[in-house]
Amino acid sequence: MQLTGAQIVCESLLQEGVDTIFGIPGGAILPLYQTLPEYPGLKHILVRHEQGAAHAADGYSRVTGKPGICWATSGPGATNLVTGIATAAMDSVPMVVITGQVKRSAIGSDAFQETDITGITLHITKHNYLVLDAADVATTIKEAFHLATTGRPGPVLVDIPKDVQEELTEFEYPSEVKIEGYNPTNEGSAVMVRRAAKLINEAKRPVILSGHGVILSGAYGELISLAEKAQTPVIATLLGISSFPEDHFLYAGWPGMHGMAYSSLAIDESDLLIAIGMRFDDRITGDTSKFAPNAKVIHMDIDPSEIGKNINVDVPIVGDAKHILRQLIPLIEETSRVDWINRVETLKSEHPLIGVNDTDKLIPQFVINELYKATNGDAIVVTGVGQHQMWAAQYYKFNEPRTLVSSGGSGAMGFEVPAAMGAQLGRPDKTVWSICGDGGFQMTMCELATLAENKIPVKLAIINNGVLGMVHQWQESFYNKSYVATEYSANPDFVKLAEAFGLLGVRVSEKSEVAAGIAKAMDFDGPALIDFVVEEQENVYPFIPSGMSVADMIEGSQREKIRQ
Amino acid sequence: MILNTNQSHRIVTALVKDKPGVLARISGMFRRRGFNIKSLVVGQCELPNKSRMTFVVEGNDKTVEQVTNHLYKLVEVIKVNDISDQNLVERELALIRVKTNSQTRSEIMQIVDIFRAHIVDVANDATIVEVTGNELKVNSLQKLLEPFGILEVMRTGTIATSRGLQK
Repeated sequence: MQLTGAQIVCESLLQEGVDTIFGIPGGAILPLYQTLPEYPGLKHILVRHEQGAAHAADGYSRVTGKPGICWATSGPGATNLVTGIATAAMDSVPMVVITGQVKRSAIGSDAFQETDITGITLHITKHNYLVLDAADVATTIKEAFHLATTGRPGPVLVDIPKDVQEELTEFEYPSEVKIEGYNPTNEGSAVMVRRAAKLINEAKRPVILSGHGVILSGAYGELISLAEKAQTPVIATLLGISSFPEDHFLYAGWPGMHGMAYSSLAIDESDLLIAIGMRFDDRITGDTSKFAPNAKVIHMDIDPSEIGKNINVDVPIVGDAKHILRQLIPLIEETSRVDWINRVETLKSEHPLIGVNDTDKLIPQFVINELYKATNGDAIVVTGVGQHQMWAAQYYKFNEPRTLVSSGGSGAMGFEVPAAMGAQLGRPDKTVWSICGDGGFQMTMCELATLAENKIPVKLAIINNGVLGMVHQWQESFYNKSYVATEYSANPDFVKLAEAFGLLGVRVSEKSEVAAGIAKAMDFDGPALIDFVVEEQENVYPFIPSGMSVADMIEGSQREKIRQ
Repeated sequence: MILNTNQSHRIVTALVKDKPGVLARISGMFRRRGFNIKSLVVGQCELPNKSRMTFVVEGNDKTVEQVTNHLYKLVEVIKVNDISDQNLVERELALIRVKTNSQTRSEIMQIVDIFRAHIVDVANDATIVEVTGNELKVNSLQKLLEPFGILEVMRTGTIATSRGLQK
């Protein structure tokens, strides 16, 4: 059967099980849009800015495990996607991104809305394609999905010129895909797995470091089995949060720059790090020469280039977390590490987070804790980037996989609103809370219109301190309180703004109003926004300054000292 | 990155798909990751629609391991080999255009002979010398020709292959 390139794109997306696409039309992608009515199985969400489309596809993927789909037109449409693509690439999120391109004969002529988007996204995609023949569209889409979802997942971009979308060709969707030279390793090397088991069995003070890879491979059950059999505390990375239930007695928080002090201290005292699907980011290690000085390292990752990249590794195991753990668990001897587990418990009790009731003022930590209580810990929490992100990760308790959605590696402010939109569309059965900073919120708040238009019932909590909080904190600590360009003198009235967009708007300024405000938003049938007007001068603790070590950690109990 | 201790040069070859943009992906990866490459040569090979590349990488075993892993991450890279420790043949070709007059011509020809190089063009005022060999040999000849006045040097960068049946 002869189909146009545009029809082939839609047919292929259906074959891949796609149901939702985020995008905005434009000249070079119009043939694709004009074909959409023929494919009612493809639900299109018209966002207000292409960055929102990319973040929404990302949020959709993070909560469902399926690849997220977004598309945009050539030129500015495509370049507006870039922040969202880079965010997905840094956090290994599978996405297929389609862009319209000027017609083939115009490529290279600086035509209207022409941008070399494959060139621009060369290093922020897992791979990208410029399709120059309609006959290649089906194979390319098939390959794009295969690459995005296998091995270390990531975004794949397919750029399709307008006349390729219009060109007629024979359609047959390939049943399988074979890409020469692309064979991700799933099974771990048996020799390395045996060596790892030996180290684990001999270790006195082991800790597991559980990263995003555990979630991406769905190795939750295996992780619990390993932790329980080896009686080993589990420390998550920021993106590994929710890979292991926080109410499990072996859970030991998340470490690093703003992680729990006890997690960083446990790593410091450990004699063996069992790293699974994580990459020793600088926010975790700080000064690598002082990181886990007494520990040997087992590093399991599906991406060989991560092993030995940031820290030296004693036992490297390349493969998929789930496969490797299944190989490893039978070799682990049942042990009880009572002394070590007690030691970690002592660290927890001696180094707690700041209490949410430390003050009568409305502090962000209190708000997050109330959100946790009001949702019984059952919501999906989407955050932006900065102080509120750290507090959300510290004070909400995540017990179910894929319930924290946050921009980790890229640290993209503005992620919170569109990613929450995508998360809600991916998981309509769940309550989705977007915890926003007042800075990041204003970067992508145009998507409130999309929420209202499509009746997507995301609840938004703006942690409004009137400053770019994290940068403000750095200025306070390292730049002698010289607050350059971090204080907003005129934020909009967020309640009126919500109402103008068609959302319910609620303002909360006192501790006593918090529970009622949350209840009002949750009872509302539709998207709702709460403007939490919180203390400006609240900082995130613990705090290990950039490039330093656990010895330089500033804990919450020392915060008054820092102020002076 | 844990790179650049115990500096030396390593030779890595890669089999890649012959598609538009492959060179940009590879050279861009080297730039982005901060790897230093002394030379990069690409050309057709014995397989259809494939090219083979030779990289001379500055760094130690650890650097080469990272380079290899990052090359493998590129979808269009099929096979990567670090052949530095193998018994191999390394060659570079250079065309050196050197000022010549009737007094210097014979001396230049003598030097060229010693290096088993060739003179491929002679004009009244200049001579083109073609030399193949490893990098050191080309360097030496270039140095010896310098006093005559070198007008232009064109070097291909190193290509290499291992001896015998090794793949």
